[in-house]
Amino acid sequence: MTALPPPSAKKLGLVIDLDTCVGCQACVTACKGWNDQGYGAPLSDQNAYGSEPCGTFLNRVHGYEVTPEAGPAEIVNFPRSCLHCEDAPCVTVCPTGASYKRAEDGIVLVNEDACIGCGLCAWACPYGARELDPSAGVMKKCTLCVDRIYNENLPEEDRMPACVRTCPTGARHFGDLGDPGSAVSRLVAERGGYDLMPEMGTKPVNKYLPPRKKGAAPDGPLTPLLETPATGFAGWLDRLLEKF
Amino acid sequence: MHPAPSVIAFTVLSGAGFGLLAFLALGAVEVYGAAAFLLWGLGYGLAVAGLLASTFHLGNPSRALRAFTQWRTSWLSREAWASAGALLMLAPLALAAIFGGGLPGHFGAVAAAVCVLTVVSTSMIYAQLKTVPRWNHWTTPALFLGFAATSGAILSGQARIAALLCLVLGVLLITAFRLGDGRFRAAGQTLSTATGLGKGGTVRQFAPAHTGPNYLTREMIHVVGRRHARRLRVIAVVLAALLPLLGLLVVPPVLPYMAAIFVVHIVGAFVARWLFFAEAEHVVGLYYGQRQGDPA
Repeated sequence: MTALPPPSAKKLGLVIDLDTCVGCQACVTACKGWNDQGYGAPLSDQNAYGSEPCGTFLNRVHGYEVTPEAGPAEIVNFPRSCLHCEDAPCVTVCPTGASYKRAEDGIVLVNEDACIGCGLCAWACPYGARELDPSAGVMKKCTLCVDRIYNENLPEEDRMPACVRTCPTGARHFGDLGDPGSAVSRLVAERGGYDLMPEMGTKPVNKYLPPRKKGAAPDGPLTPLLETPATGFAGWLDRLLEKF
Repeated sequence: MHPAPSVIAFTVLSGAGFGLLAFLALGAVEVYGAAAFLLWGLGYGLAVAGLLASTFHLGNPSRALRAFTQWRTSWLSREAWASAGALLMLAPLALAAIFGGGLPGHFGAVAAAVCVLTVVSTSMIYAQLKTVPRWNHWTTPALFLGFAATSGAILSGQARIAALLCLVLGVLLITAFRLGDGRFRAAGQTLSTATGLGKGGTVRQFAPAHTGPNYLTREMIHVVGRRHARRLRVIAVVLAALLPLLGLLVVPPVLPYMAAIFVVHIVGAFVARWLFFAEAEHVVGLYYGQRQGDPA
């Protein structure tokens, strides 16, 4: 049923730290790797070695440049995937009931056996979190690695989404955002985690941690060299040229 | 948004079909026997052709029947029910017109109302999407109804009503183009709100997430048509509304003339519907650097 369930107490989701993300794309690769096997239709590629390769991914990392009023511009690497919204518009528009939000933990999933591939859920999502797989003709989206997080066949340290497990800088955190005492909730409270496009009314579960305020850039080790007065012939030339 | 031919054909043809069927159900045309068979057949043919075209847009058309299950929340599902319901309810009316027979007078009115409901449901599939500000507006259902009514009136030979509807449609089209242009900015989404990085300064795309195309860029970040949008808008208004209006006022409402007027109108309807998709911008384009430089 594509009616949304009442808000669950448990809200599993990700917290993404834009301060520490280095844009290495490891999460993109790990996500693609894990979702090529096991759960649902594999994420396909088209023309992978041709002139215009194209493929289905559940996670994309953008690069943005933020220029403050004063000070140098900053590059922010920005991973974008399903935010497992509480008021998920992708769920209610689905005509077949394939798109659903789990009542027990809030994960938004697609029942691929019921998906007709109409694409309306992808249109309804403001975040571009859903991609229709052209090979399988069904909608693909982040499953929060539902086949890892509860999987008792995996060692305990692997029971988290593949993107979180693989992130080399610890920029991705997984946990229960419905529990105010959880590590992820405390992180959000401490660092001022925020929602993407809150005005869309989707109430995303995933939160983004803003880049930390940087202080003024310290003098580099070579700065004193700039002050070195020229001597000898160069000094004479320097003084001479200033006369003109 | 990508103007997929299947979806354009679906909305234009089924709209015209249900428009004609609504006029027939209301008893606007006194036809019997073979003439009734042809006219009702045309209505059914257009509506069914449109609905079939819509299945070409599906990744898994064999499961299309599942679309009937979620009518409580989904406009697409409601559209499936309304269209199937209308086609079923109209059948006894069509049979009565062809073979003779009587039906209670209000039956036709109810069937026509279900036709209207079908067109409204189709339009709401688009109008409900907050992610496409141009569509998320009252002009979307108004335009879909306007096109269905005008097509239906021309096809059923209602010259005076059709002329009036052409006028209304022309005004609606111009209104929708004008209001639509400001919708994205009015909705307020920018790269700054999409990334939440605006507090730190001015945000611009530095490196895209991927250099090749993907489903999102192909489906929702369509930019090809905008270059010719101005000219196409004029063509749409002239062909869909202005020329048919002049034709209806000048020539007698006989079959060959009405057929010619319909052909001109429907070409205009296709152009207008193509623009409806091609000009619509999805907010996900912001993540890909669309509308960069737009004042926040």
